[in-house]
Amino acid sequence: MENRHSMPDARGCRWHYGLVFAALIAALLAVAVLNVATGSVSIPAGRVIRALLGGEGESAEAGIIWKIRLPRALMAALLGGALALSGFLLQTFFANPIAGPFVLGISSGAKLAVALTLVFALRGAGAASSGALIAAAFAGSLLAVGFILLLSRKLKHAATLLVAGIMIGYICSAATEFIVTFADDADIVNLHGWSQGSFSGMSWPGVGAAALAVGIAAAGAFMLSKPIGAYQLGETYARSLGVNIRAFRAALILLASALAATVTAFAGPVSFVGIAVPYLIKRMLNTSKPLAVIPASFLGGAVFCMACDWIARTAFAPTELNISTVTSVFGAPVVIAMMLRRRERP
Amino acid sequence: MNRCYLTARGMTVGYDGVPLIRDIALEIERGEIVALIGPNGSGKSTILKSLARQLRLLGGQVFVDGEELQRLSGGNLARKMAVMLTDRTKPELMTCRDVAAVGRYPYTGRLGLLTDADEAKVDAALAAVQALELRDRDFNAISDGQRQRVLLARAICQEPEIIVLDEPTSYLDIRHKIQLLSILRDMARQGITVILSLHEIDLARKLADRIICVKGDTIARCGAPEEIFDEAAIRELYDLDEGAFDPMFGSVELPRPMGAPRTFVLSACGTGAPVYRALQRSGEPFAAGILYENDVDCRLARRLAAEVVTERPFMPVSDAAFERALALMRGCERIIDAGVEIGETNARMAELIELARQLPGYNTLLN
Repeated sequence: MENRHSMPDARGCRWHYGLVFAALIAALLAVAVLNVATGSVSIPAGRVIRALLGGEGESAEAGIIWKIRLPRALMAALLGGALALSGFLLQTFFANPIAGPFVLGISSGAKLAVALTLVFALRGAGAASSGALIAAAFAGSLLAVGFILLLSRKLKHAATLLVAGIMIGYICSAATEFIVTFADDADIVNLHGWSQGSFSGMSWPGVGAAALAVGIAAAGAFMLSKPIGAYQLGETYARSLGVNIRAFRAALILLASALAATVTAFAGPVSFVGIAVPYLIKRMLNTSKPLAVIPASFLGGAVFCMACDWIARTAFAPTELNISTVTSVFGAPVVIAMMLRRRERP
Repeated sequence: MNRCYLTARGMTVGYDGVPLIRDIALEIERGEIVALIGPNGSGKSTILKSLARQLRLLGGQVFVDGEELQRLSGGNLARKMAVMLTDRTKPELMTCRDVAAVGRYPYTGRLGLLTDADEAKVDAALAAVQALELRDRDFNAISDGQRQRVLLARAICQEPEIIVLDEPTSYLDIRHKIQLLSILRDMARQGITVILSLHEIDLARKLADRIICVKGDTIARCGAPEEIFDEAAIRELYDLDEGAFDPMFGSVELPRPMGAPRTFVLSACGTGAPVYRALQRSGEPFAAGILYENDVDCRLARRLAAEVVTERPFMPVSDAAFERALALMRGCERIIDAGVEIGETNARMAELIELARQLPGYNTLLN
């Protein structure tokens, strides 16, 4: 009797998860094709595929696809996934669905560190090396996180902690602006474009570096699925089940910071993806099981960011929008809806 | 050698390095139910959290099944001990089944995937707490009592040898309290050691094999319920007024109205109890009699009445008792006759009631 009941349930769940994943992958492919095929020059899908299969040919179209659009689309996908995952990890850490790399000032901390590096350390070094930028962004994000963790010992309320994070964000932004004011014109141009957040001008080495950093962190996060599942019941239960809380929390925050830092190093601060995407994914899956939510969030973030980047690029072409302008327009309403829903349910 | 399952020696517990309770010694056998009682803030939770290794011991040693608690790995401890503490948990989008399944954590692999055997154990645990029908409901959408049962199922899934519960009966209505404690009793019968704190001392008395009284900076008393539950000890433990606690039934009474009695209640065999309570609620001091010492009314009157006239069981009413009752009745403004069954030994009660009828304040509850 019990078995007869449980089996269809479990199978039903798996069907549902499978459906969601299939939809996400289909959306990912569709958006990827859209990104590669459209823009100032439209390339029909058939020729896109031929160019992709044919490698970096001589034609102008192949050049556009291979040198500009494909790395940009891949980067948007990778970094979008990283942002969504970072958000999910931070939400787990703070047991609060509003936590995210942008809200908690982590992106702004990374941005400040990158600005410092760009203006002072890499002056005259020509193109900034991606390794140094990632390292700087990681250091900046860790500093911001460290500060938040220090505050979290005093501020037990999640709401006040979030306000503190927002304040850290403002302080870092102010410091960044300060640096910009006294920087050289060349640096300013460089920095200004970057600090607004954009996926433009991505190179293959950059994609490789980002893929490596995001890949390692995402795999690490996936391997944390089991303790995350226990931690969702609260620290006490997780500890009683044998989770080493201190090591686990350190791993969570390091992974979340590394993911957010990578995004910031390559694309500047991107807002709302970290909060909106995990929320939407959990609703779609109708579960918060990390084993399903982690990969689905990554896919969802990739789809979301690629779609937003496509809009940023094409909506007012030839003028390009900041990526955050677009992610905010779509992400902020989701966050507001989320807060309203939470209000309804005590 | 009769080895105890859990032993504590010189255990000192507290928060942030500040000792709260010192020098605790415990010897708990397998399958025993041990209840911690004591006033709010006495440190029951602190002791339980320390035993569950949620708090670091500030001194002494604890051995679980012969192994020192501090040396056990997290996984090993998790396979021995399950906990259910008072932290309220609000997981997002988890069904009751998901919550219970978390209990399988110490037994699953790297990714925490459940095997069919695990799934069966989760269902069995939910069935054991009669929560199988809640299986697919959202954990946040069920009542407190149901949540408590699901959390207990989670603990059962962990297949522990010992279970530590901090006030498991809070938020539960009386039916679910009884249900939960019966489940614990069953678990103990299967050899699982149960340590819990309880606010309901009456339930502690009925459930536990051993009672530990926590007060001040030490364990005040420890022993079998029969030893612990004498009236004076419980009164002292909780700083209660005289008469507030009945050790026989573990029942608790609000303070009696003080002052010279203004009402006299004639009753027997329980007819007086509702009258006493009504008088107590309106704050009116009253006298009661003549009650045999083995009468339930007598038990209650001793806690609530300003004065009680009693007689030894199965004896005819003595002159002394008769005169005393009559004198009290004459001094009262009101006499309430709640009904007295007249038999061979208490024949003089009929006489007393006849005299009462002639007094101006006489009322009867009989039709």
